[in-house]
Amino acid sequence: MKNNYISKMGLLIGVALILSYIESLFPFFYGIPGIKLGLPNMAIVLAMYILSSRDALIINCLRIILSGFMFGNLAGIMFSISGAAISFIFMYILKKTDKFSIKGVSITGGVMHNVAQIIIAAFVVKTSGIVYYMPFLILAGVFTGLLNGIIAQEVKKHIEQ
Amino acid sequence: MFNKNDFKLLMGFVLVAVALFIVVKVTQTSGSYAKVLVNGQEYGTYSLDKDTEVLIESDLGKNYMIIKDGKCYLEDADCPDKLCVLQGAIDKDGQSIICLPHLVVITIYSDEKSEYDSIAQ
Repeated sequence: MKNNYISKMGLLIGVALILSYIESLFPFFYGIPGIKLGLPNMAIVLAMYILSSRDALIINCLRIILSGFMFGNLAGIMFSISGAAISFIFMYILKKTDKFSIKGVSITGGVMHNVAQIIIAAFVVKTSGIVYYMPFLILAGVFTGLLNGIIAQEVKKHIEQ
Repeated sequence: MFNKNDFKLLMGFVLVAVALFIVVKVTQTSGSYAKVLVNGQEYGTYSLDKDTEVLIESDLGKNYMIIKDGKCYLEDADCPDKLCVLQGAIDKDGQSIICLPHLVVITIYSDEKSEYDSIAQ
């Protein structure tokens, strides 16, 4: 059991890092700042379901620190941490209620991540004008969150077999 | 395939996005001038009523700004990614174009307030 746990943790951190790398290749989408595919979230949601929320949080923290130093910089890490923390809190609450499937949790994660990042960006650049992008960011979060959720659900099925 | 609650949640987010979009569209007023900041310092202010072409030049690089038909956009820049050019044209109060590599921020402002002031006078 212990070996199984360690290997799953290692595998998921590896997957999360690869997805972070792929995502770092697309910094912007269609000129709207803040829109991200949220690919690493796929690994985090999966970890929440096949391991536990606590393990997902560990993977999330390691993912941000490692990918931040490898593909980003310190400012990027601060951005990622705030976005990831807020999206994780919402995903955790949603999963706790047990009323939603892996897709619902993933959608919430995607939306909250985009919303949190745009609010923080508004503070950093000191332009409230950024809030105009909010509707697009919410829709983008729904879309990418749904895709991630569907993929995570399929992967989960195969792992559980 | 789709859990009932998941679907409600999805529709909820879409509704919020649409509502926000409408609120933004309704409350948004047209701007009257574009203020250009380079590295936090004011570079210049340009009225949207007059068609102009401005070369924003600093140690970090060049951005070529055009004001035409009451809209402001960046035609070209010598940064590698040209994301500022992709951000398109802006003309509403509060909208902005940001070029991160050159630390250029173009923001639209309206002087509605001063209009009222002049009416009061």
